[in-house]
Formats: sequence, C-alpha cells, structure tokens
Amino acid sequence: MVSYLDCMKYKNPNYFTMKITKSIFTATLICLVSISVAQSSKTIPSIDVKKMDGTTFNTGDIKNGGKPIILNFWATWCSPCKRELNNIAEVYDDWVDETGVKLVAISIDDTRNMAKVAPYVNGKGWEYDVYIDPNGDLKRALGVNNVPHTFLVDGEGKIVWQHNSYSEGDEDELLELVEKLSKGESIE
Amino acid sequence: MNLLKFLILSLLILFGIFSLTAQSVDEILNRGQIRGNFQIEGQIYQEDSVIGAEEVPERYRTNAFLNVIYTNGGFSAGIRYESYLNQLLGYPEGYGNNSGIMYRYVSFTKDKLGVTVGSFYEQFGSGLTLRTYEERGLGYDNALEGIRVKYEPIKGINLTGLTGKQRLFFDFAPGIVRAFDADINLNELFPSLEENKTRVQIGGSFVSKYQTDDNSSFILPENVANYGGRININRGKVNFMAEYAKKINDPSGDNGFIYHEGEAIFLQGSFSQKGLGIIVSAKRNDNMSFRSDRNEGIQNALINYLPALTKQHTYNLLATLYPYAVQLNGELAFQADLIYKVKKGSTLGGKYGMDFQLNASFASGLDTTNLNDETTDRIGYTAKFLTPGEKYFTDVNGTLSKKINKQWKGKLTYAYLEYNQNVIEGKSGQADVFANVGVIETTYKINKKHSIRTEIQALFTNQDKGDWRTLLIEYSIAPHWFFAVQDQYNVGSDKAFQEGTNIFKSVSKIKFNSAYNYYNVSAGYNDGGNRISLTYGRQRAGIFCVGGVCRVVPASSGLYLSITSSF
Repeated sequence: MVSYLDCMKYKNPNYFTMKITKSIFTATLICLVSISVAQSSKTIPSIDVKKMDGTTFNTGDIKNGGKPIILNFWATWCSPCKRELNNIAEVYDDWVDETGVKLVAISIDDTRNMAKVAPYVNGKGWEYDVYIDPNGDLKRALGVNNVPHTFLVDGEGKIVWQHNSYSEGDEDELLELVEKLSKGESIE
Repeated sequence: MNLLKFLILSLLILFGIFSLTAQSVDEILNRGQIRGNFQIEGQIYQEDSVIGAEEVPERYRTNAFLNVIYTNGGFSAGIRYESYLNQLLGYPEGYGNNSGIMYRYVSFTKDKLGVTVGSFYEQFGSGLTLRTYEERGLGYDNALEGIRVKYEPIKGINLTGLTGKQRLFFDFAPGIVRAFDADINLNELFPSLEENKTRVQIGGSFVSKYQTDDNSSFILPENVANYGGRININRGKVNFMAEYAKKINDPSGDNGFIYHEGEAIFLQGSFSQKGLGIIVSAKRNDNMSFRSDRNEGIQNALINYLPALTKQHTYNLLATLYPYAVQLNGELAFQADLIYKVKKGSTLGGKYGMDFQLNASFASGLDTTNLNDETTDRIGYTAKFLTPGEKYFTDVNGTLSKKINKQWKGKLTYAYLEYNQNVIEGKSGQADVFANVGVIETTYKINKKHSIRTEIQALFTNQDKGDWRTLLIEYSIAPHWFFAVQDQYNVGSDKAFQEGTNIFKSVSKIKFNSAYNYYNVSAGYNDGGNRISLTYGRQRAGIFCVGGVCRVVPASSGLYLSITSSF
C-alpha cells in the first residue's frame, strides 16, 4: 500500500526542503484522494440493521471464520434480485461445500414490505443469513445506488470486488471469484 | 455558496495542519476508509406531438449527485453534492436550476453514546410518528438537519433524541422537529429471558413540531405532538407486530384546516416455515398527515410515514398504470400474502419444484359523518372505526413460477384490479377502473453467458384508456452487457380512434399507428461498481414508481443516459 509519506515524496521531490506552500497543499490533496480511493482495505461498516425476528444486529459482527463472504443487497419488489438469489439458492449447498463461502442477503425493503421478507425467505427455503436495512443506513454506508448490488469480502474481511445488477449467468463469474478467494488467491 | 466557501476554507486549514504532521496523517489515512457513490442522468428531449411530449426549452437536462463518506473507527463524516441543471422532467420542480451540498454530517460513537450533527435519516418503529429517508430516483429527500444523540444506558435499551429542521429541496421547511424514542429488547434486558424462544421488543416515541401560527383566519396550535407505542413478538415460525400512533389536532392544508385529531393503527402477523409463508396485515389511519410545514402538500416536508398495504408490482403495466398511493387523510386497508413452494420430485413440482404466490389487498376510505361545524368547532367529521367507506383500490393477484429445464424458466402472473381514479389521482367524475392483467415471462439460457428474457403483458379494461399490451425482449451477456427492446401499446385508444373517425378508419386499420406506441430501446454495460446505460424512445405520461414511492411523470421522448458508480 502506498503511504501518504511515500506519495508526497513521489509527487513532490522537494518535499523536505519546501516550506508549507500551495504546492504542498495540491500534493496533499492529490495524495489524499489517490490513496483513499485506491485503498483496498475497505471492510463491512458497523451499522445497525434488523434481524428477521425484529431485533437489532450490527453488521460489524458479520464473520465467516476466515472464509469469503458474499454480501448481496436485494428487495422483495426487485425481480432481478430474486432471480439472482433463487438461482444461487439452487447451487448454494455446493458452493458452501466447495469454498466455505457464506452469503449474507441484505433486504432494503422498508416498512411497507419488510414483514414479507421472512415469509419469502422461508417460503423459498433460502439458507442465507438475511438482515433487513429498512431505512437504507447500510445501503448508504456502502455507496449502493440500486439493487441488486453484490460485494465480495475476502477471508480477512476486506471488500475486494463488487457488481451492480444481475443477468442470468452472473453467478458463474461470482463462483469463480469465490473459488479463487477460498484458495487464498488474489482476484485483483 | 457561502457554505461551500466555508468548507473549502476548513479543508485548507485542515490540510495545513496535516502537512505539518505527515506521519500521523499517514496513520489516519491508512486506517480510514473513503466510500461513496455517484450518479448522473441526462436526457436530450425531443418534441413529440403524437404522444403530447412538449418542447423542452433547454433541450438537455441533467440530474447528478456524488456521496462521499469518510469513516475511521467510530468517527464518520460525509457530504452529498447534488446538481439539477435543470431537473429532469417529472422531478419535483423545487430542485430546478440549483446545485449544492444539502447533505452533510459528522458523527462519532464513544462507548454507548452516538452523536450525529448535520443531516441524518431516522426511523422510529414503522414510521407512523417519524421517518426521514431518501428515494433519489424520485427526488424524494426529507432528511433532518440538526443534532441526534443515541444512547444505550444498559444492554437492551436504546434511546434516541433529536432536534432539527427538514430539508425541502435546497431549503428547509419552517417547522422545528423535536423527537424522542425508546426501544427495549426484553430478552436482552432481563437475563432470565435471554434464552427464551419468545422474543419481545417494545418501543415508544414522542414527536413534536413547532411552527408559528401564520394564519390570519384561525388560531392554530403552534406545537403539535404525535406519539405512539409498538410491540413485536416473535416465536420461531410466528411473528406479530402492532403499532399505534396518536396526533393532536393539527389544522393543515391537507385536512382543510380542521381541528380533528389524528390516529393510526398498523397490525401485522406472519407465519413461515420451509416452503410456506403467510402474512396478514391491517392498517387504519385517520387524519395522519404530519408535516413540518402545515401548508405543504404532496411528498413535501412529511415527518411521518404511512406505508401502502398493497403489492409493489414490477411489470410495467401493473407498476405504472394503476398503482395505489396512500391516502393520508383517511384509509382502511387490508392485505394477505401466501407463498408456497411445491416440492421437488412431486407430480406438480417436477424435477425443480414450482413456486406459487397469492396476494390480495383492499383499500377504502373511512366511513365518515360530516359535522357541518365549519363556523364553530371545526372538528370536521366523525369516523366509524371498522366500517369501510368509499372504495379506493383492490388488487387480487397470483404468480406461478417454474423452472422447466436447464435452459427454460417460465412465470405466469394474473391480477384483477379495481382503481378509484378520482381519489388516487385527484381527478373528478371519472369511472372506477376494473382491469384484468396477464403476464407471461420466460427466460431462455442459451449458454453459460447468453440469455434472453421476454415479457408479454396484456391489460384489459373498458374504462379509462382501454386495453394495453407490452412486449419486452431483453438479451444479456453475463457479466457485462444487456440490450432491451420494449413497446407499450395502447390498443384501447387505437380502437377508439378508429371507431370515432370514419374517414381514417380504413387507413388506420392497415397503418401502424405510432400515436399509441411507446417504444424504447436500451443498452447497458456493467463493470465492477460502474454501470452505464443508454435508452432511446418514449416515456408514457403516468405514474412512475421506484421503491414504493410514486410520482406523476409527463410524457417525454428522446435519448436518456445514466451512469452510476460505487467506490
């Protein structure tokens, strides 16, 4: 990882001899933005969401014992989301056996539909960990524009990949990436 | 603009300090995380007289926003820059010709205390007393700006107190909102209940708004309270929820400045086990619009949230032609859902099983008696508790979905609708719409990456604009590309046109009548957190719904570009 100090030296070779000037400000700004955006160590933020029994759960506690995690945003009114999660549900047992992956499905259904989440999940027989984000707090914290939106978290808890929308067959790419992660390979 | 200057100045000072202690900045940066998202939507408008799309003087309009959130341990700060130059047709006009930062906050949590200053979104229970939220796709944002403090004195008890003013486009609504909420998890609070299979959560909230009496005709209450209680009981497969809210008299533009009190009740019960889910809900609200500006209307400056108890459809004929919208002044609503999965290997289920869903919802007004006391008490009316009044909406629908083999999947949907145009759309003298809708959806997976999805939709009705058909063909290449063609065709208007004008009758029978076709073609590309899509075609005037909120959009025609990115 590029450090701020390294970055400043690289962007501005005269760094150590210069006074605090406008160019340091510019370099600082460039370094601040470039390091922060390029940073790969983003984790799942700690946000309070709801469990399906109505109690509160903090997403900082999402863990999978060093194995990869798929974090998927969906809603009961979003048909591509349901297609994706239903397609994965058919092969989920195999995925878990092969890679140890855990899928965490975050429903963004609000008051109007959130009571439908548990019956839908149970009705479909999904074996995912499901939480509800009724006022979009986690959605906002992770910068999600639209559902479905999928994040892939590696064994160390870092978010290493994301994807917006769903088409038939997207799950094959997802599985390939999960397989690499579970073998400890980098996917970047 | 002053705010922007202030921000830049603060940043300059901060950077000044940072550059002195580069090593510590290094530490801060490497522990901190910057996240956010960006969206830009632009449309080049075309005049299209056949569908009534008027000329847009700017020809091109853009909506855009960028969210940036910085987090470091318990510290978090964020801003959203928004730009509407000019706002896309159909967005609230209040945004027009404006750009700037209306969302900005800093927050920290220290042990059991959490503090947010600036803008925030909050929801108490299901929102009957307070809910601030955003629905960017519809231009809806009623964020509060002020101070919020959250505290957990002991495990199981969560307290929230806040004070603030609500965002109204690029300004704030005049009322001041003060609110308090307590949420108690009995299983966490009492160690003896910790392992109990029955999980009980109770809560209570008190919300008050202050707005000066700005009315010369009436003496208005300047402080208006809305308070309520709630309970959620869960035991294994069964869940029960109840919530009640009461509002003191609150004369407003919505209720015609009467001194009636407000009341809302919301009940929900569900049962679910593998392969089966049942949900039953009921709601009654009487005079429950609660705004931080009593003179505002539509979706502006609403402090509370009343959910619609109807199914949120996604097929366009069902979602855009006759969707229901909550009636704040008074409504009685019921909904029931059944989800059933026919087992794999059974006669009906076949190799992959079969899914079955049934939904029924009803909404009506309250049965009221007018008190004719306009010049005395101005209570307005009395309402019976459980007797339905004027019928507003009915939707009974069912869906069967089945995977046939590795390539083919199919889904059948049928819906019966009754829709009161006069109440829901504010029209007058229109007949209620009775409609039957059928949809056949198929997905064909050509190979691992390529697939085709089609929707054939038909709506039959003798009212309003008559029958409609929609055809959608979507071709996708996983994981990056999609292409789609859609045509929404108003058969009913075409027929009326042919029957009404004899001279053109013979001609139009053989001619493709473009006036009743709303066609569009679109293509999109996804990569990582980025998505770019382009659409060319026509949009029908009507109600557009995303995520549970609906707005009226005018007819438009042209080229639409959208880019979204998450980082």
